[in-house]
Amino acid sequence: MDMILAYRPIIAIFVSTVAAALIMLFGEKISPNRRESITLGASIIKAACVFSMVPAVLAGETFDITLLEIVDGVDFAFRADSLSMVFACVASGLWIVTSIYSIGYMRGHGERNQTGYFASFAMCLTGAMGICFAANLMTFFIFYEVLTVATYPLVTHYRDEKAKKSGRKYLIYTLVSGQIFFAAMAYVYFKCGTLDFTPGGFIGNALGFQEAAVVFFLMILGGAVKAGVMPVHSWLPSAMVAPTPVSALLHAVAVVKAGAFCVIRIIGYTFGPELCKACGATDIMAWFAIATILCSSLIAIQKDNLKARLAYSTVGQLSYIVLGTCILTPISVSGAVFHIVAHAFMKITLFMCAGAIFVTTHKSEISDMRGIGRRMPLTMTAFTTASLGIAGLPFIVGFVSKFNIIEGAAMAGKPFFIATLIASALLSLTYLIPVAYIAFTGRNINPSFMDFQPFTLRGEAAKPMLVPILLTAGISIALGLYPDLGLYLYTFAEKAAAAIFEGGGTL
Amino acid sequence: MIQNLPALIVFIPFFAALLCPLLSTASRTLGRWFVTLCTGISLILSFLQVGVMVKSGEAAYWFGGWIPPYGIEFSVDALSAVVMVLICVIGFLTMLYGMPFMKQDTKERLSGYYAILSLLVASLLGMTATGDVFNLYVFLEVSSLSGYVLIAMGGDKGIISAFRYLLLGTIGASFYLLGVAFIYGETGTLNMLDMSGLVGPVLSSGTTMIAMIFILLGFGIKMALFPLHGWQPEAHTNAHPGADPIIAGLMVKIPAYVLIRFFFYVFDANVEHVRYLLILMGIMASVGIIYGSIKAIAQRDIRKMLAYSSVGQLGYIGLGIAIGNYYGLIGAVLHIINHSFMKSALFFGSGALKYRYGLVELDRLGQIYKKMPKTMAVMIICALSMIGIPPTAGFFSKWYLALGAVNAGQYILVAVLIVSSLLNAVYFFRFFEKIFMSEEVERIEKHPEETHELPWQMMLPLIVCGIGILILGFCNAQFVDVLSSVIMEVAG
Repeated sequence: MDMILAYRPIIAIFVSTVAAALIMLFGEKISPNRRESITLGASIIKAACVFSMVPAVLAGETFDITLLEIVDGVDFAFRADSLSMVFACVASGLWIVTSIYSIGYMRGHGERNQTGYFASFAMCLTGAMGICFAANLMTFFIFYEVLTVATYPLVTHYRDEKAKKSGRKYLIYTLVSGQIFFAAMAYVYFKCGTLDFTPGGFIGNALGFQEAAVVFFLMILGGAVKAGVMPVHSWLPSAMVAPTPVSALLHAVAVVKAGAFCVIRIIGYTFGPELCKACGATDIMAWFAIATILCSSLIAIQKDNLKARLAYSTVGQLSYIVLGTCILTPISVSGAVFHIVAHAFMKITLFMCAGAIFVTTHKSEISDMRGIGRRMPLTMTAFTTASLGIAGLPFIVGFVSKFNIIEGAAMAGKPFFIATLIASALLSLTYLIPVAYIAFTGRNINPSFMDFQPFTLRGEAAKPMLVPILLTAGISIALGLYPDLGLYLYTFAEKAAAAIFEGGGTL
Repeated sequence: MIQNLPALIVFIPFFAALLCPLLSTASRTLGRWFVTLCTGISLILSFLQVGVMVKSGEAAYWFGGWIPPYGIEFSVDALSAVVMVLICVIGFLTMLYGMPFMKQDTKERLSGYYAILSLLVASLLGMTATGDVFNLYVFLEVSSLSGYVLIAMGGDKGIISAFRYLLLGTIGASFYLLGVAFIYGETGTLNMLDMSGLVGPVLSSGTTMIAMIFILLGFGIKMALFPLHGWQPEAHTNAHPGADPIIAGLMVKIPAYVLIRFFFYVFDANVEHVRYLLILMGIMASVGIIYGSIKAIAQRDIRKMLAYSSVGQLGYIGLGIAIGNYYGLIGAVLHIINHSFMKSALFFGSGALKYRYGLVELDRLGQIYKKMPKTMAVMIICALSMIGIPPTAGFFSKWYLALGAVNAGQYILVAVLIVSSLLNAVYFFRFFEKIFMSEEVERIEKHPEETHELPWQMMLPLIVCGIGILILGFCNAQFVDVLSSVIMEVAG
């Protein structure tokens, strides 16, 4: 039994591969309920595996597993450390929520090709979980590419011209950056002779400063594309053609966070803060992040399509993580890591609300939503809560992470960064709060909502959609009040940041 | 028994080929099952041989007990043992695979086809096992002749393609023979091991240089190395669909293997003059990689797309040979193995499309995955492997090639690999778009009597290759372990 328990990271990764295979093999032959029970079962096993490791990892234990030698000199190895636990807890926990939501959404919307959809979804979770637990760059890259390919069928789910175009765009961005990452990885291996992640970086002085800066940018491109850092962000808004649960989990949690996670792994565990500071690469990266935060907010204001607005909001919020990491102080890095959690819960709430609105009322444009609060009061309350959280209002989870990043920027002596972060918070108010306002306004109500008595639940979204929305919105508030609630994610974030700055990697 | 293994593995299919027409007179299908069985035996023996190699290193078989350099020698080390397994596997699968295609054929045609196929397998095995450069020529000619026949059996277009290949192939073989004559004149021996000892002092002489150039040209034509690939796309497109997997997947790889033998085991690749040739080969390979990938994008016929893709992929192997250090050679050898599996499986798949619907055009593949899900699943795995997406096999050979290029300081070659991967992605993802997203078109079942997706003889090779690619991917480090000592001793 202890043997099996020691392999929990492996189980957590591959249980969804098995689920994907089962769904592919039997999906067409069994009833939809049974098919979805495979997804739910796998997601519960996955979450149980991850959550049950929390106490051990918190106590300082790491789960180190080497499966085999994957290429000459590099192992196919996994490790559960504080940083991986943060992302793993979020991704696996939210998979359960999204699975329930998916069932409601896909059936409510009468989607085709559901078998392929659920199978790809499970495969994406394998990719994301592998990225969490990968102990070296090679293992990391393998799952990174698995995630890239597994997402493609979801982006092209509708199989029309628009989906085809978005799929191509997605592939161009991710495959090109992936190949460049590959080349950089080969170079790093040649120079260092190892690819094992080490807190504080393993490159040390194996690369000269200029060399390091070049390799850094080649490598970080792989992360930046998935994390939607401008100017390589444009696949993300076009990938919004996918069904909303995909946007919710993948384009708010798994895929884009994998990009952000990649940035943290590269800066904190590959190059190390000392080398990054010395070669100046993170300073440049920070400016890219700043530009992204500001530009994306300005673009988001113009979008009338709710999902598109949320997509640009995602682009901006992800750059908080990149920025927090690039500021390179322990407190800002812990804020960045915790923003993975914070943004995940808030943005998934927003996306799920958008999807619920779309399925229930067939409205996707914000201007059509005047008075929708009459019909869907609970959904819109959740939406408002999450919007306020994105803007950084205290007592909601977004405040915790943003405050840390700002504090870190203050410690590093970057007043301009602080100003940007505050300006961006105000900008998020300008693009998300109007939606909430329009929803609850009493004037010029869209006639289609007039049939509904205000503030009754008759016109609300179906339960499989409504429950996940309320759950994630509730968790956003709970974590805002008490960041360590349940899974100690805030402690993990602090520990990860501390490890990065205390670990080796001296020049 | 153990020391006879190299000879047994080669000659069991060889004699089976001779007996096949005779047995077929007794019963229509007896001949082909006999041939398949014999190849299966060779397959088992070749696995045994690898086991022996891993333990004891090398084995040699002297024909008639004549001591080399006077007699003909088969000498096998870990590298050739692994390649022999590969030949037996693909040969065996192709024999199974061809059976449903031959339902309507006459007894003579059937037995002839299987005899020739068996000859092809035997001669490729012979090319791999032999330690004698003239003997190599004999096996090369046997394999070429059987190749011509199998291509010509692909119908009217096949005959033209075969004739074209015959012309160019003969030129290639003649180049090689001339090269052998020159090198024999310089060293006075035909035994490879002996030659490698004697060639050192004369390595920079003009005659040896010309011999090496001729050998490079000869095998360059045979392995369809750009720009000597002129015969290849047509031949791979129009060959008999049952034999296409071995022709496209394997026949072009063995010349590449022989080039490794020549440049690294007979000649010394670290000598300046030999390096020049390798640089030339590297340029040919790099241009070929890009050219092949771009041409593949332009194709409408799925088989032709795969054929041009081979031009590019053969370039990968050439590139590894040209890099010439430990990782480069490992990459080249792994890619010989991996690409044989990938390309054979893709041709198994395209042949299956042709078998069921007579389909060869990309544009008519709309929604085909609903009808042939297993076939398409395997083809998708193979295609991802061709692009180099981990954890499929293709990624790992590319990793070693990139590592070799970085080690040699040739960053431009890394760029070539990357660009090629992306170009591969273009045409393979277009293929995915066709099978999943295009409108369904009217297709006529050619074998409505089939109850399954494909007959088992065709399904088995597909599944074996599909799983093989994943196993090759995850276990590549084990392959490297087996090969490392052999390659370490010659790598620069």
